[in-house]
Amino acid sequence: MIKKYFVYLIFFNLFFLKEVFAAESAGMPQLNPEFWISQIFWLTLTFGILYIVLSKLILPKISANLELRRSQIQENIEAADKQRKESETKLKEYEEIILKSKLNAKKIFKETREKALKDINLKKDSLDDQINEEIKKAEAEINALKKNAPEKINKIAIEASSEILKNLIGTEINNSSISAMVNDLSKRNGSKYYDN
Amino acid sequence: MAANPMTQFEVYRIGPEIKIGSFDISFTNASLFMVISSLAILIIFNLGSKKNSLIPSKVQLLAELSYSFVSKMISDTAGSKAKPYFAFIFSLFMFVLFCNMFGMIPYTFTVTSHIIVTFVLASFIFIGVTIIGFIKHGFGYLKLFVPSGVPIVLLPLIIIIEIISYLSRPISLSVRLFANMMAGHTMMKVFGGFVISLGIVGGWLPLSFSVALTGLEILVAFLQAYVFAILTCIYLNDALNLHH
Repeated sequence: MIKKYFVYLIFFNLFFLKEVFAAESAGMPQLNPEFWISQIFWLTLTFGILYIVLSKLILPKISANLELRRSQIQENIEAADKQRKESETKLKEYEEIILKSKLNAKKIFKETREKALKDINLKKDSLDDQINEEIKKAEAEINALKKNAPEKINKIAIEASSEILKNLIGTEINNSSISAMVNDLSKRNGSKYYDN
Repeated sequence: MAANPMTQFEVYRIGPEIKIGSFDISFTNASLFMVISSLAILIIFNLGSKKNSLIPSKVQLLAELSYSFVSKMISDTAGSKAKPYFAFIFSLFMFVLFCNMFGMIPYTFTVTSHIIVTFVLASFIFIGVTIIGFIKHGFGYLKLFVPSGVPIVLLPLIIIIEIISYLSRPISLSVRLFANMMAGHTMMKVFGGFVISLGIVGGWLPLSFSVALTGLEILVAFLQAYVFAILTCIYLNDALNLHH
């Protein structure tokens, strides 16, 4: 009896009981209050246990897991960002160094080139001077030789002609007449022999 | 004649009759599926929260996706103030969802197709939300029944309508879930009966319809659990953030 009253109290106070139970007899087992108390009891028990275990044990763990993952990913992203920035600055430094060294190399190249050119010019100048001097000296020598050449040749010619004549004729001939003839010849034709 | 489509909703005792005083709290098939649903939830979510790897496993992903799904649902409808009630709404959603889904397996029992179960859940929510509202706002919570911007002449009528609509919340909430589950399962049973009675010649049409209905019912099972949870959130929102 208590059970029945309880059932009436919890739900059907507002409804027309007769019609409801008529529906049950017509085939809706949901409206048969026989097992309502049992269902309420087991619902409370299972749902209560479910709620307690979920809220106390499982959900905090899932929430912690999610939070941990989020922070981990955030950290990784931050670390990656930092490293990217670092590498960018490093790259910039590297490029600067390369630029500087290129400039340096150019400068050194230019300097050495100038120095070498200067050296070469200097040496060339001194060498030229030396060569000129030697040429002058040689020219002077040649000139001197040239000047002396007709006299010597004349002497040789005189001696040679006197010797030839002596062999041909067999007598000594006065040297003075031969020398006069040679001198005369060399004077007339000297320009033909020495004019070079 | 096909089997009565309502027999699937019959509750029967499993094991001995247990009585406390004059109350019969015997273990029934309904209790069995409540226990199975709760255990399934606990096992899945326990597995899903056991090990935390940076790249989650399938079970972990399932648990975490449902967590963020419910969490987003609550924060969207009831705001950040509803955070302490997250565990309750999560358990509620999961319990209703699993009961609905287990009911979709042939020869099982659908716990939520019983008005008493949904009504107990809904009235618990109703009473809880009302208590929370009175604790948070005192008698100011009664302002819920007085919408702003209503002409004075209409006010008495509006207040009566608001009070009736507020009081009918547990009934609408419970009947919505119960009726949906019962109607769906009855319809499937009826079409299943047609398959048998029309035989090999004409049975294909109701069979294909039955297959389509199964898909629809799975959708309904999810949707009703979602609706149940989201309405709870909306009622909670009324209690936490008084808008009127």
